[in-house]
Amino acid sequence: MIVHLPILQVIIPLMAAPLCLLLTRPRLAWLFSLIASGLAFLISGMLLQQVMTSGTIIYEMGGWEAPWGIEYRIDQLNALLLLIISALSTIVLFAAETSIHKEIPADKHTLFYVLYLLSLAAMLGIVATGDAFNVFVFLEISSLSAYALIALGQDRRALWASYQYLIMGTIGATFILIGIGLMYQMTGTLNMYDLSIRLPEVAQTRTVFTAFAFVIVGICLKLAMFPLHLWLPNAYAYAPSIVTAFFAATATKVAIYLLIRFTFSVFGLSFSFTHLPLQLLFVTLGLVGVFVASTAAIYQTNVKHLFAYSSIAQIGYMIVGFSISTAAGLTATLLHLFNHALMKGALFLALGAVMYRIGSTQLSNFQGLGRQMPVTMAAIVIGGLSLIGVPLTVGFVSKWYLVLAVIENGWWPVAVLILAGSLLAIVYVWRIVEVAYFKPALAGTETIQEAPLSFLIPVWTLVIANIYFGIDTRLSVQVAQAASQSLFGVSP
Amino acid sequence: MFIGLYNYWVVIVLMMVGFYIVIAHGNLIKKIVGLSIFQTSVFIFYISMAKVDGGSAPILADEINQYSNPLPQVLILTAIVVGIATTALALALAVRIKEAYGSIEEDEIQKQDNLD
Amino acid sequence: MSLSLESMLQFSIILPLLATIGIVATGHKPNLREAVTITTSLVVLYFVISLYQGLQQGESISVYWGELLPGLKISFSIEPLGMLFALIASFLWLITTVYAIGYMRGHHEQNQTRFYSCFAIAISSVMGIAFADNLFTLFIFYEVLTLSTYPLVTHAGTEDAKKGGRVYLGILLSTSILFFLLAIISTWFVAGTLDFKQGGVFAPDVNPLVAGTILVLFIFGIGKAAIMPFHRWLPAAMVAPTPVSALLHAVAVVKAGVFTVLKVCVFIFGIDLLAILPSTQFLLYLAGASVLLASLVAMRQDNLKARLAYSTVSQLGYITMGALMATSAGVVGGSMHIATHAFGKITLFFCAGAILVAAHKSEISQMRSLGRQMPITMIAFFIASLSIIGLPPTGGTWSKWYLLMGTLESEQFILMCILIISSLLNIAYLLPIPFHAFFSGDKSSTPDSGIKEAPLPSLIALSITTVGCVILFVYPQPLYDLAKAILAT
Repeated sequence: MIVHLPILQVIIPLMAAPLCLLLTRPRLAWLFSLIASGLAFLISGMLLQQVMTSGTIIYEMGGWEAPWGIEYRIDQLNALLLLIISALSTIVLFAAETSIHKEIPADKHTLFYVLYLLSLAAMLGIVATGDAFNVFVFLEISSLSAYALIALGQDRRALWASYQYLIMGTIGATFILIGIGLMYQMTGTLNMYDLSIRLPEVAQTRTVFTAFAFVIVGICLKLAMFPLHLWLPNAYAYAPSIVTAFFAATATKVAIYLLIRFTFSVFGLSFSFTHLPLQLLFVTLGLVGVFVASTAAIYQTNVKHLFAYSSIAQIGYMIVGFSISTAAGLTATLLHLFNHALMKGALFLALGAVMYRIGSTQLSNFQGLGRQMPVTMAAIVIGGLSLIGVPLTVGFVSKWYLVLAVIENGWWPVAVLILAGSLLAIVYVWRIVEVAYFKPALAGTETIQEAPLSFLIPVWTLVIANIYFGIDTRLSVQVAQAASQSLFGVSP
Repeated sequence: MFIGLYNYWVVIVLMMVGFYIVIAHGNLIKKIVGLSIFQTSVFIFYISMAKVDGGSAPILADEINQYSNPLPQVLILTAIVVGIATTALALALAVRIKEAYGSIEEDEIQKQDNLD
Repeated sequence: MSLSLESMLQFSIILPLLATIGIVATGHKPNLREAVTITTSLVVLYFVISLYQGLQQGESISVYWGELLPGLKISFSIEPLGMLFALIASFLWLITTVYAIGYMRGHHEQNQTRFYSCFAIAISSVMGIAFADNLFTLFIFYEVLTLSTYPLVTHAGTEDAKKGGRVYLGILLSTSILFFLLAIISTWFVAGTLDFKQGGVFAPDVNPLVAGTILVLFIFGIGKAAIMPFHRWLPAAMVAPTPVSALLHAVAVVKAGVFTVLKVCVFIFGIDLLAILPSTQFLLYLAGASVLLASLVAMRQDNLKARLAYSTVSQLGYITMGALMATSAGVVGGSMHIATHAFGKITLFFCAGAILVAAHKSEISQMRSLGRQMPITMIAFFIASLSIIGLPPTGGTWSKWYLLMGTLESEQFILMCILIISSLLNIAYLLPIPFHAFFSGDKSSTPDSGIKEAPLPSLIALSITTVGCVILFVYPQPLYDLAKAILAT
């Protein structure tokens, strides 16, 4: 059983999805998906444990040896991502039953869980697999289910957002497909480990450069990296709250993983950063992204939009850490990956609770919520503080590592800009606080009550995780460091 | 050079045509058509690269001793399936958008959204 | 009680936090709630005094809580400067609580439970700052203090309060994240440690330019020290209820700022290094300008609390100057000024609050001939003003004396002039208030307008702090010993 963990990780939710379709009663489907996701979480925990103690796990599909067969290769980086995805998925799913009750027509509930599980399985698959083409397939499964999930939003704009995302996403995925094809052409292999050995031999060819460019641009589209982020705000804002919470916490993380995997492992550090002006490009785009997106967030009137822009800004931080291309920088990125999942998971889930009670996430409707929904609002405030990077929250931990990594590299102005970026976070977080706590409640909203427990429990689980991992950083820092060192030490 | 690699030229032309349609056209259906052309160009690209001159299908027979690489063709079968799924989903979305907005023109949809 | 000193140290930080639970739980019974607050503050004071005695006997007390990030410890220890700060803060918390009971009830404030619980959290973080053994621990409590005082500043919940709170939080959080955090990370990178150490943590051969830049970052980043141009939050925070202004903005928050400045100057840089850094002189003049300009602005304020706020900005400049002078007299003067200014300024704020509660007056121009109705308040105001100015028989005399000595020792004659001019300005903006209250026979106001002294708890509180001002003059030895010991240990 233990040896089969890597495949079980993916196959359980993947099989659960069609089985879910057979369950006619939505409540049953919910419980079923919760169990499937919980199992995935359990497995990812065991995998991480195993990887941290005994190193990379290699699982050969059907006993076929790589590079002929497909292999699943779990090192520290994969294991961390698997844990983030399955954990957040499980916590978010906990609130799903209550949330979609209000946001999605009853006859689509079962279908919702099917799509959710498919999306989860595909994301886990992207991370777990060691085969480049497999990545593409899983990427498309996750994207297709994502388009459908987003289109389930109440607002008709959800359809339009989903359509736009579909166009952008398909272009991105096709770019990746072209890149993979070119790589295959040059090396005759699709196994990522094998690629990393064979690519250096042909590194100085135009084909490989082209392949690299296609892959990176494709991933950056998926990543919503500035300036390729235009699809994200609407997709997040109009999707059902649960979907937003799930994607905000996981989807972009998977794309970051791909970026790291392809640049650091497959193409190799020396190719990615020495031969190309990638460092300058990424650090500039990352910082511009932080400022443009944070400024945009300040002017949003819909809180979901606001946090969506904030997500783009946070991606900017991860890109900056990534572009340093040192072990410390990568550690910072991975830490922020983990921490940002916790923050945004908590925030968007809390927004789901607000949506559940008042049916809108317009900032103007937040008036007086500080008194009417004190527990939910407290969660939003703490999540916001974490976003700003106040000590004792996870946001501080990532900021500390990121700034330290930047300074170690001698990039003083970048350090200043990173910190200045968090000042913008203060502004947009405090806009919400001021409306919620200082404006009197709107007329006719006196009956609004605190969100139900099915929301408060997962929200506060994440909020407490925000604080816990801000104080006890052993797990997150250790794993992130181990992952980044393994990327720098030996090739995957 | 040109003749020898003509299928790659076809790939590039199709790719650009498809990409241009996606970007330049406001009609949602036309965008989907463009997207399909774009994807198809990649399918052709994969198949082209696997073809070995004079090679045959990989069948174990005495008279055949030069094979084309079958793997990219298998891969592209998967990609075609994905492409069809994408197109179907996009068309379904277009239908829903038509129902919700009464139009499938990008600028009209934007206009209605801005009014809200 | 047979608690060890170590546990007393921890309890003086944790107990106020625990008290918030009690305060919230007893929120519907005001008497019980206030009893919880007062009991807690009494116990904390007892702990702090015991710690003081322990320190006198030469015991070294330190506590280690754990590592947040590898190498970044949360730990506490007792040293004279922190002891001095903790003593003042815990004593004045008790007094302020007494005062607040009178004020909050007399003024019929809303949300008193929130008020008392945030107050307790703020005190807990002040204790954390005072006892912090390294810069990292200090920074954490520094930020907690900012955040926990935000609800206090915006207590009224009005549009004004919101605006004030915005400036307050904006400046304090921005400076601390942009400059302070950067300075801390840079220190960590350059020196490899953040522990407070006598003589500083930087290697002797550190690049003066780098260290000088870090110093500038520190002084800008410690926004709570209210050095111009980062002083705007302090007047803005005056929208808070008076007890908050009194404790937090005359004692806890601003003193946490200058305390941090002193700590950084003495224990991160060390005064020897400080004296040779290229940026020290610039910062000294910046502090000097802050002293002078704030005094001038104070003269033009008609709102009493605003005038006091600017006066605080100016007085904080003294302490920063004392720290940056990098002489032993400067450090002694600066740390003594923390104490003497605390007593003086809290009395003044208490008086301002008493006048507001009893006479409903907040503008200075309305306070003529108030002396007859509120004699005790006005006498207290007079004595506290003397202490701020630095005249006998009040404690302010000593700290000003040492600060002047410091300027002589380091031959900073311009700064000496600034100190003297500023003291004259203090006279000009503080003394007319009690003077007019007693001697200006303004005929338009009827003497029998029914104004009486403030509620008894408030009156007791302000009398105690006034007596404190005088005692510090008569009996300054313990204070001096503590201040002297900062550089000795």
